[in-house]
Amino acid sequence: MIHKLTVPISDEAISALHVGDQVEISGVIFTARDAAHKYMVEQFIKTGGSPAESEAALYELLKAKLDGGVIYHCGPVVAKDDGVWRFVAAGPTTSIREEVYQDLVIEHFNLKGVIGKGGMGPRTLAACEKFKAVYLHAVGGAGTLIAERVQEVEDVHKLKEFGVPEAFWQIRVEGFPAVVTMDSHGKSIHADVAAQSEAKFRELVIA
Amino acid sequence: MRDLTEAFVELIRRTSTDLPADMEQALREAREQEAAGSAAQGALDTMLVNTEMSRAKSRPICQDTGTPIFEVHYPIGWSTRQLTAQIKQAVAIATEKSYLRPNAVDAISGENSGNNSGTEFPTIHFHEWDEDAVKVDLLLKGGGCENVGAQYSLPNAQLKAGRDLEGVRRVELDAVTKAQGQGCAPGVLGIAVGGDRGASYAWSKQQLFRPLGDRNPDPELAALEETIKAQANELGIGPMGFGGQTTVLDVQMDTMHRLPASFFVSVSYMCWANRRRSMTARGEGDEVTYR
Repeated sequence: MIHKLTVPISDEAISALHVGDQVEISGVIFTARDAAHKYMVEQFIKTGGSPAESEAALYELLKAKLDGGVIYHCGPVVAKDDGVWRFVAAGPTTSIREEVYQDLVIEHFNLKGVIGKGGMGPRTLAACEKFKAVYLHAVGGAGTLIAERVQEVEDVHKLKEFGVPEAFWQIRVEGFPAVVTMDSHGKSIHADVAAQSEAKFRELVIA
Repeated sequence: MRDLTEAFVELIRRTSTDLPADMEQALREAREQEAAGSAAQGALDTMLVNTEMSRAKSRPICQDTGTPIFEVHYPIGWSTRQLTAQIKQAVAIATEKSYLRPNAVDAISGENSGNNSGTEFPTIHFHEWDEDAVKVDLLLKGGGCENVGAQYSLPNAQLKAGRDLEGVRRVELDAVTKAQGQGCAPGVLGIAVGGDRGASYAWSKQQLFRPLGDRNPDPELAALEETIKAQANELGIGPMGFGGQTTVLDVQMDTMHRLPASFFVSVSYMCWANRRRSMTARGEGDEVTYR
């Protein structure tokens, strides 16, 4: 069975999810990767929610849209037809680079979902448990398929400063496919697979 | 000298949007190995559907269109400066057409050049040869898999890896274990033994141009390619690291001469979206062929 999630996502919907579950996400989500996470932490979180005046409008928007919302680790290929942005290829990027930021962002914005690839570490897993959130794994490299699920590019933020891959793309998605690989009950497929494969490695190499 | 700019754009389009047949076939075979309804099989299904969609719509298989690596074989008398200019122009056009993501950023500031050109970007290697044709191989090497590449200096005490083929096996399995699913498994490993650090990494990437199943002519190296492939799959990391039967689709290795003092083993990990294509062009008016 496929769990359908619509943004904003409730704590109850998150609690019902367990690792291995397949989900489809619909609603308005934001892409954010390295530059965007660094920016959010430095501008919004470390300032105690008092960003510089020039950044206040974006902060208010993100606070509203990320409450119960979803961040997607993605740097898309985009095209602009008659002044309208379109997603051409938009698979996930490696998530672990955001490990030092993600728990802070989950807490500050009441984020319910993080989509990416490769999984994340213990800090993010702890935040998923404490603040009721999940890590959702999309298939890396599935650029065209996922872009097809992006119905509309509503807006883009920090495009000039961060460039296409790193900007905040505000997108409306429908039926975005992913697998829960870290849930709000403290379970992580990544930790399990790592432990099993390391045991096998020791058998093959060290023994 | 012939202007090949348009042909280079077509080479980039094909490479970015059309996964080679041997890779697609290997993914189909991997799909049959995984348990029905498993996350691993679901991931492979998504890869295969995505591959078909990308080809039909002429869109990038993966949004990370990577570092374009061009290996240019050219006849005597051709200008490598003009070929470089044509390739850079083609890369800019392909970026404009969204076959490539603008992917070249300033090393320190992170500022995006916007057209995939920059200092030593894209990568272009020239090889003069005796054929009366220009042959260009292109690999689009994404960042996720590039980040899990590794280089070992043997001996390595921690892994009890000595300066021999058993040492190579040990460090390679270490690299695959450390990579987990981060390199977008199931991947292909290109391995080089020998050289200096730079040459060794470059030679490991050269192995990625070989078709799947191509074995090293040296029987000992060929056997080790098979062993590492089989044992890497025993690790159970699986597609995207979800756990499963297929972690690597192939392993391809070669050696280079080295200094007596150095023994480097380098591995370049290529993701399942193993985008490599080739074109051949002769004189003016002759049709350009792609494969």
